[in-house]
Amino acid sequence: MSLPEEPKIRIQNVSYSYGGQPALSSVTLDVPANAISVFFGPAGGGKTTLLRLINRLNDLVEGTQMAGSILLDGQDLYAPEVNVTELRRRVGMVFALPLPLPGTVRENVLYGPQLAGVGDRTIQDEILMRSLTQAALWDEVKDRLDDPAVALSGGQQQRLCIARSLALEPQVLLLDEPTSGLDPISTAKVENSLFQLKENYTIIIVPHSVQQAARVADYAAFFLMGELIEHRPGNEIFVTPHHQRTEDYVTGRFG
Amino acid sequence: MDETRQTRGGEFLIESFIRVIGVSSIGFVGLIFLFLLREGIPFFFEVEPGNLLGTRWYPTFDLFGMLPLLLGSVLVTVIAMGIALPLGVATAIFVREVAPNWAREILKPLIEVLAGIPSVVLGFFGMTLIAPLVRETLGVPTGLTAFTGALILAYMALPTIISVAEDALDAVPKSYRDAGLAMGATQWQTIWRVVVPAARSGIVTAMMLGMGRAIGETMAVMMVTGNAARMPLALDSLFQPVRTMTATVAAEMGEVAQGSTHYRALFAIGIILFLLTFVINLAAASTIFKKRRRGGLR
Amino acid sequence: MDRHLVQRLGFALLSLVALVVVAPILLVVGAVVVRGSGAINWEFLTAMPRDGMKAGGILPALVGTVILTLGTALAAIPVGVGGAIYLSEYARDTWLTRAIRLAIINLAGIPSVVYGLFGLGLFVLFLQFGTSILAGSLTLAIMTLPVIISASEEALRAVPTEFRTVSASLGGTRWQGIRHIVLPQALPGIITGVILGLLRAAGETAPILFTVAAFYLPRLPRSPFDQTMALPYHLYVTSTQVPGMPMKIQYGTALVLLALVLSMNVVATIIRSYYRKRRQW
Repeated sequence: MSLPEEPKIRIQNVSYSYGGQPALSSVTLDVPANAISVFFGPAGGGKTTLLRLINRLNDLVEGTQMAGSILLDGQDLYAPEVNVTELRRRVGMVFALPLPLPGTVRENVLYGPQLAGVGDRTIQDEILMRSLTQAALWDEVKDRLDDPAVALSGGQQQRLCIARSLALEPQVLLLDEPTSGLDPISTAKVENSLFQLKENYTIIIVPHSVQQAARVADYAAFFLMGELIEHRPGNEIFVTPHHQRTEDYVTGRFG
Repeated sequence: MDETRQTRGGEFLIESFIRVIGVSSIGFVGLIFLFLLREGIPFFFEVEPGNLLGTRWYPTFDLFGMLPLLLGSVLVTVIAMGIALPLGVATAIFVREVAPNWAREILKPLIEVLAGIPSVVLGFFGMTLIAPLVRETLGVPTGLTAFTGALILAYMALPTIISVAEDALDAVPKSYRDAGLAMGATQWQTIWRVVVPAARSGIVTAMMLGMGRAIGETMAVMMVTGNAARMPLALDSLFQPVRTMTATVAAEMGEVAQGSTHYRALFAIGIILFLLTFVINLAAASTIFKKRRRGGLR
Repeated sequence: MDRHLVQRLGFALLSLVALVVVAPILLVVGAVVVRGSGAINWEFLTAMPRDGMKAGGILPALVGTVILTLGTALAAIPVGVGGAIYLSEYARDTWLTRAIRLAIINLAGIPSVVYGLFGLGLFVLFLQFGTSILAGSLTLAIMTLPVIISASEEALRAVPTEFRTVSASLGGTRWQGIRHIVLPQALPGIITGVILGLLRAAGETAPILFTVAAFYLPRLPRSPFDQTMALPYHLYVTSTQVPGMPMKIQYGTALVLLALVLSMNVVATIIRSYYRKRRQW
């Protein structure tokens, strides 16, 4: 394995269950900084669950159990002294469906910064322009900032959701099948913006297809029924999988 | 930084306030019961059981027989439910299963209007228009009878019964209906043999909630039942004046000396009413909870 | 008998029943409007009653009911909406939550006259507010709570969970999500529920019988510790306690009360349907 020395995120021996139903069993995995990591595999494999554990969104779910630890820059995310809202500003999340909040484009992008206490109008405008540009949306919406967010097209809404996460200048960006509802052109736009973003961010994405996984992955981890089957650089795993089950999935024999 | 800490503090206060308030409903039920007990319990020690269970309520002569009041309430409530339950369930079936859209659009708001009419207005209407009608049609000396009260009460219970029964019918899966129709049954047969039986427990809940509503109703009943505290045991009691527990409290509390036995007697009636409705609602609630656990309701 | 004929007869019977249910509603409203509208004029609404209420207007009763309703709103809205927020956003499924729900169902079922007794025992006597607007409003407020809580909770729950998740993922605390997203979205539903609760309070008689209502008090209340006349109580006493009361005044009072309550009902319905059409989820 050719992973860099200092991983951004270390997932150590993480097991997780919902109301007694195991969703992840003893997953250990390092996520390198400034690269796109892909968690892929058939549905129900635990990819999304692991993603949501990284910014503790699963705290909102009742009746769950977790073992193991997740370190971000060497700090345990589940240590009692961790400020969860602070953590979620450092680790952004984009969901499978575009979920614009009620309100305008501007309000959506500035929701996070405003909660974090950014009140200055000039700074807000800077954030607005920077994050929308990073999400490859600025040119399309710069004249519609005060339109309701739901008036945008599906692809624009999803890039708005990316911009909304970027507005907080997170260190890590988690994306859960961000293009599952999008047409090919919008998908390409989202993927292109990811390539640019990885210069400055650590990105983890659950792709909606193997093809997408192969297109974007610097590193890829294959999950099957709550277990991590293998984790290697993307250009290896899709060409010469080590495990039979990975190969079966990658070549489309099941999934 | 200071600002964030301040909002955290404010947030803590608001969340604590919400938590306290959330639990307060239990406190209110407790408080209500406590104050009824506080004013009413001594009554049960002041008056002999024989008197209490007697058939004559003449507080001026220290006669506190509660049976006529209790039976008055029961009579009016039972007759009211006898009228309201079939009407209510049939209306719910009509609205949910049969009615064309335009009829539904008219029916539902009108039933909401009925739910909104103050009971004193219904009582007034009953007094001035229904009672004379009852007197003339039945040839009885006064139109202010148990039957008049039951009729008004039935209509007051209808919105509750209709809406709960409608929810119950709504909760019956569409596949049941499809299965009935696929077996060659008409829609009418499917409704009676499949849908209504499947919604049975919800309809029972509707009846209980309607009953709780009827037994606790005060103003309208007081205005139209004639308020004679006598045992409604004869065959024609239905068409004679009767007096309920609620009406007794409402009519007499204004005139009693605070702290007198009569005053405490009225609180004692309050205790009985509280317990009666408590039990009825508890029973209704348990059917609701049971269904929720099974995932049948929503 | 042909089963399709049975079905036709059955459906006809059901429509007949629906008619039997609805016709009296129209009859009540119609009778009150027809017989009461003759009494309505400027003097009736703005003058004090005279001649032992047999003449003059109903101003103090009208004002009394408005004040009582506002007092009820003041006490019931924060507690009711707060309770709903607790149940929908904070409470987990524990025995305590179940006990709260049970308590609310029971509060909704307690007879109105028992609320009157309770108000008399707690507010009028124990807390020594006397027969007063304060005691009456608080009694009505507790009676109104279950309606406000249930309707508000339903409105809050109707806001998609995803909004809360998104807010949390953007570093919002639970309260910030409620304050900035959930509450604004649920507001129309909450307002509807509040109005429905308050219209019940406005029309109730039994809870105010021993806590605030004055038989005849031809002046406007001056403080929360004053007694006041109120429309429903006024209708009750004029129709049962005052011999020789002109019918016109009774029906006029009934009409004003009915109009007040039904217009609140209409406002609630309009808010609900307007926002249901407009909302984006």
